[in-house]
Amino acid sequence: MDNRALFGMYFPGNSLIHRLDPRLKMVACFWFVVLVFFAHGWASNLLLIVLLLAVIRLSRVVFAKYWAGVRGLMGVILFTALIQALFSSGGTVYWQWGIMAVTSAGLVQAVLLMLRFFLIITGSTVITVTTTPLELADAIAALLKPLKVLHLPVNQLAMMLSIALRFVPTIMNEVTMIMNAQRARGVDFNSGSLLKRAKHLVPVLIPLFVAAFKRAEELAVAMEARGYDPNQPRTKYRQLHWQRRDSLALAVLVFVTLAFIGLRIWE
Amino acid sequence: MISVEKLTFTYPHQEAALFEDLSLTIPDHQWVAIVGRNGSGKSTLARLIAGLLPTPAGTITVNGLPVDEDHLAALHQQLGFVFQNPDNQFVGATVADDVAFGLENRRVAPQKMPTIIERALAQVRMTPFKAARPEELSGGQKQRVALAGALALKPAVLILDEATSMLDPQGRGEVLSQLASLRQQGELTIISITHDPAEVALADQVIVLDQGQVRRQDSPERVLTDVALVEAVGLVQPFALRLKAALQAQGVAVPATITTEGELVQWLNQQLNTRG
Ligand SMILES: Nc1ncnc2c1ncn2[C@@H]1O[C@H](COP(=O)(O)OP(=O)(O)OP(=O)(O)O)[C@@H](O)[C@H]1O
Ligand SMILES: [Mg+2]
Repeated sequence: MDNRALFGMYFPGNSLIHRLDPRLKMVACFWFVVLVFFAHGWASNLLLIVLLLAVIRLSRVVFAKYWAGVRGLMGVILFTALIQALFSSGGTVYWQWGIMAVTSAGLVQAVLLMLRFFLIITGSTVITVTTTPLELADAIAALLKPLKVLHLPVNQLAMMLSIALRFVPTIMNEVTMIMNAQRARGVDFNSGSLLKRAKHLVPVLIPLFVAAFKRAEELAVAMEARGYDPNQPRTKYRQLHWQRRDSLALAVLVFVTLAFIGLRIWE
Repeated sequence: MISVEKLTFTYPHQEAALFEDLSLTIPDHQWVAIVGRNGSGKSTLARLIAGLLPTPAGTITVNGLPVDEDHLAALHQQLGFVFQNPDNQFVGATVADDVAFGLENRRVAPQKMPTIIERALAQVRMTPFKAARPEELSGGQKQRVALAGALALKPAVLILDEATSMLDPQGRGEVLSQLASLRQQGELTIISITHDPAEVALADQVIVLDQGQVRRQDSPERVLTDVALVEAVGLVQPFALRLKAALQAQGVAVPATITTEGELVQWLNQQLNTRG
């Protein structure tokens, strides 16, 4: 399996958004979600929509990729919006039945809620679509660094993350191999009751765990032989370089935030 | 120099000792091949020398450093180790990252790393794969990367545990001759565990392990020509030696000094020309 498909999302490309520093992308995404929560009126929401559409346009990723992110959660979104629409009060009452009521305020709430979902999901999809898991891991490691003052084992966490990423495809291959071996012995993974199917997974999981432990042990020995000591400082080969475009993007984000605050006061 | 004295070692939860009173020395700047049947303890011996197993009874020293808890960090500065399974020693996300791993541990400055990595990858002919991820590589390619990772650290002692077992014969020849020339240039001691008679023939010395004991420590010529010993430890003779034996059996007096394929071809040509 392709490591880059870890989140099933990465869309190879070389757009401005692809090339932005992954640290900036993560912080910006977090900031965008915060803004989404503070947007109440139509104007501030419109600003966020325009910002998101501009970023999507700049990423040169086919829209279907973003839509795929939303589609997966469509059920949850619609259900929550329905609850919101049926159980809120205020404004004109259009329809009532027991404790359920459709009101004008409820409808507005429901639409805003759906919009919020769309913005947050699509906003985070921008990151997973334009950033490789490796870059993400580097960014997380860099962003965690300040937590060192709290005596958190930041370097060890970063190492764990990068090893986990490295071994995901290996373990995936192993799952396929073990399942094929069991199929060759006549196990049918795709039929029978849910309980039966779950039972069939046991002879897959056990060899998988055994193999994973053996791997972990050998890897630990190999790392030690190559001089790894979790308690010693290390240098880092893979460096993130802050570029001018990153400063520019940051400036854009600051201006959008100021405009946002302005709109919120005006609303 | 690596010296092992009165080594006794038993794996935890095992009854029988794997090694009992084992002693041997490996001189500096030599290429020493360790051979023996599956399970004869070759990998275990290599791990003990590298301090990667619980400290055993007896003394092991590497270039004067005793192998124990207190000297592990210093020991791993001197040693390079390439393991049998190339998949479980690949730490980095890409080939270049993996070669960098050891450098990062030794706190080499990041701006110095690219040149070192380039050189190490060139030594094992893996330059075009610099950005490849491990799941995109074959077993033999991963073994080359592991070797590059060890070479990048410029170790004084390089331990290879069947490190070229997955390479195609031509690739193995290339990598081994790289190692041979590295050893010629510098201060490199090589310990190679192998089942390949051609690799054994390249060594200065062969240590034959059998039932937890050193059965023989001798030159490759003498070990490989000892048919009984070769068979007892599960090796096969290299092609040239088998051909020579067959010729001798037919009454052709092949000189004893001839041991390699090249020498044999040359000698046969000479003979055919002078007779024809
Ligand atoms: N972690 C372990 N725990 C217990 N016993 C072990 C362990 N590793 C190896 N052994 C046993 O020790 C013996 C020597 O193993 P070792 O791996 O050193 O052999 P080897 O000579 O390297 O074999 P091969 O040629 O197959 O690589 C074997 O009998 C093996 O079963
Ligand atoms: Mg072994």
